[in-house]
Amino acid sequence: MIKKEMIAMLLAGGQGSRLGVLTQKVAKPAVSFGGKYRIIDFPLSNCINSGVDTVGVLTQYQPLRLNTHIGIGIPWDLDRNVGGVTILPPYERSKGSDWYTGTANAIFQNLEYMETYNPDYVLILSGDHIYKMDYEVMLEYHKANNADVTIAAMPVPIEEASRFGIVITDENNRITEFEEKPANPRSNLASMGIYIFSWPALKEALVSLSEVPGCDFGKHIIPYCHGKGERIFAYEYNGYWKDVGTLGSYWEANMELIDIIPEFNLYEEYWKIYTKSDIIPPQYIASNAVVERSIIGEGTEIYGAVKNSVIGAGVTIGEGAVVQDSIIMRDCVIGPGVVIDRAIVAEDTRVGAGAQLGVGEFASSTYDPKVYQFDLVTVGEHSVIPENVKVGRNTAISGETSAEDYPDGLLASGDSIVKAGGVK
Amino acid sequence: MRAIGIVLAGGNSKRMRELSNKRAISAMPVVGSYRSIDFVLSNMTNSHIQNVAVFTQYNSRSLNEHLSSSKWWDFGRKQGGLYVFTPTITAENSDWYRGTADALYQNLTFLKNSHEPYVVIASGDCIYKLDYNKVLEYHIEKKADITVVCKDMSPDEDLTRFGQVVTNDDGRIVEFEEKPMVSSASTISCGIYVIRRRQLIELIERCAAEDRVDFVRDILVRYKDLKRIYAYKMDTYWSNIASVESYYKANMDFLKPEVRNFFFKQYPDIYSKVDDLPPAKYNPGAAVKNSLISSGSIINGIVENSILFKKAYVGNNCVIKNSIILNDVYIGDNTVIENCIVESRDTIRANTTYIGAPDDVKIVVEKNERYTL
Repeated sequence: MIKKEMIAMLLAGGQGSRLGVLTQKVAKPAVSFGGKYRIIDFPLSNCINSGVDTVGVLTQYQPLRLNTHIGIGIPWDLDRNVGGVTILPPYERSKGSDWYTGTANAIFQNLEYMETYNPDYVLILSGDHIYKMDYEVMLEYHKANNADVTIAAMPVPIEEASRFGIVITDENNRITEFEEKPANPRSNLASMGIYIFSWPALKEALVSLSEVPGCDFGKHIIPYCHGKGERIFAYEYNGYWKDVGTLGSYWEANMELIDIIPEFNLYEEYWKIYTKSDIIPPQYIASNAVVERSIIGEGTEIYGAVKNSVIGAGVTIGEGAVVQDSIIMRDCVIGPGVVIDRAIVAEDTRVGAGAQLGVGEFASSTYDPKVYQFDLVTVGEHSVIPENVKVGRNTAISGETSAEDYPDGLLASGDSIVKAGGVK
Repeated sequence: MRAIGIVLAGGNSKRMRELSNKRAISAMPVVGSYRSIDFVLSNMTNSHIQNVAVFTQYNSRSLNEHLSSSKWWDFGRKQGGLYVFTPTITAENSDWYRGTADALYQNLTFLKNSHEPYVVIASGDCIYKLDYNKVLEYHIEKKADITVVCKDMSPDEDLTRFGQVVTNDDGRIVEFEEKPMVSSASTISCGIYVIRRRQLIELIERCAAEDRVDFVRDILVRYKDLKRIYAYKMDTYWSNIASVESYYKANMDFLKPEVRNFFFKQYPDIYSKVDDLPPAKYNPGAAVKNSLISSGSIINGIVENSILFKKAYVGNNCVIKNSIILNDVYIGDNTVIENCIVESRDTIRANTTYIGAPDDVKIVVEKNERYTL
């Protein structure tokens, strides 16, 4: 018989539209992070480090990169005889075929997968946070409380609490009330979107609410369980946890890695983060290069200057180029003499010689001021930026652009060029 | 595939000095991210050779660890695999491998039980990229009994540690001198051989019957007039790392763009065991020039014309020049290292100085206590 005490369901189907052109062609969990990782590496590594060896990854939006990255789970030791990692896309059935319409709906559509493993507990995770967490400790806590649901929650500054889902607890950490983005928060414990359910409670809730359109954990399942009087506890987490849902927080989380002793330390022996490493060679720093306060991935060749930046694997930065306060993802080629200031340049992008990114003064975005508000030049993957053009601040570029796209050789601050298939 | 592979990785060499104290040469870390044997294994897998046996003998712990999973080179399939053969005591034999031919003889069942018609034999201590199929095609075209991969070297190099060959116009080897006192020719054997499997079994059995043990001396040299032994000339990068000088030089060769381009950028790739290390980190005070840096390293000082292997830590105000720092070395603050090879897992105390000469590289072995995170 197949039996797993706890299995994990990792929600990785979201687009992450607030990452703008970065997620135009890939799901957010597959976006590069920290020079060699992808965001989903963090929850996947947490799973295996916590002894959770059965993980269903629910995909929907642009899954190709995720599928190839995860494969059969070899980098995380999740290639198992029983269990391991399974990619769970939406599927067609004899009647009522559906996309995943909400987080809980996605889990509901995979009841059969979960039942295969006869789990006692199910861990619900999302693929868009950077953190290290021992889910086994959380499970111990769940068991000790004889809980039906345990929600991981972390204290946030009270003035920011109104941006989060807030839980209010009694003296035993049992949750008495929920407030979604309250104007006047009564507690500073924010839900992290990490749940452990006892299997009967989860199954019952999913089945009962299966008809709810867009069934969601935060909006429907948890309130339902609460309404039924189930034992819901808050598990307080006090380590590093970063939501990388906006361009600003994504950029910040990367930059925090280059601190002398980063709060989120990738260099510790304990609790390693695993990823698919297909670029092996060492990096080369040339005689005229300058590299300061940066992290740099494998196989990258640096001939120019790099300061306060996170550079991915397999990148080339040409002679005389200056890159600062920026994120350059893997396989990019930055031409000679290029100047890049405060930019996020996604994978496999080519920046022609002498181009300047991040010039002039900040201007609010004419394209999507909600997404592009952090004074960053954001360049989508596989883009091309021609030689000698100037790109203003707080801009977005995606696709193969040519000199004609830049009137007078300039993309003004706040403007954008989003080619073929661009989504807002 | 038409061939099985045999990698000779048992060797040790006094020329490696202290570096071979703790590992076989084939397990020697090279070029930051690799081990020497990765090159031959990658060449095998890239040539679609699926069955590969590695013969080990001298201090093979480090090598075994590296080969503990064959997935890195895509071996370990239902058809084929990576086998590690160490000498074992059997009913017929209680000896170590007394030589390369003896090693083959002791594992003759592997040769006999295979079905591929050819065998590619190569050593684990050379850095090169080669499609063995091209050698095999040449072998068949020349109707050769044995094909030896050779390379024309510059006559000013010291070639006395290699086998030297002289060929006729057709490419057939007419003279073969192993490690001569004075080198007379500038074409050397790269230690890579292609031979028909049945032919090899026959030669090895005859060798054993005569109590001969060495493949080069007792087969290549002895049979050169009797068998059709051909030289396949290789014209791309090749170097053997089995001496401290050549090891140092081969590593430093990778500071040249053409060498990096050939190995790192051109198809096919060289594979190695992946260590899951974070990207290299450059802190304030880091000043790196013309150097190769591997993942997991943290740099706070000056590094010039050097190669840092994985997980090197360079403290504040350090100056490292023309040196090779092997895996997992901790270098305390204000330390100066020039023209040295620092052995892996060393801990170098702060405020120390190690200086070798450009033509006499110093090997640093320091086993101090380490108090770090």
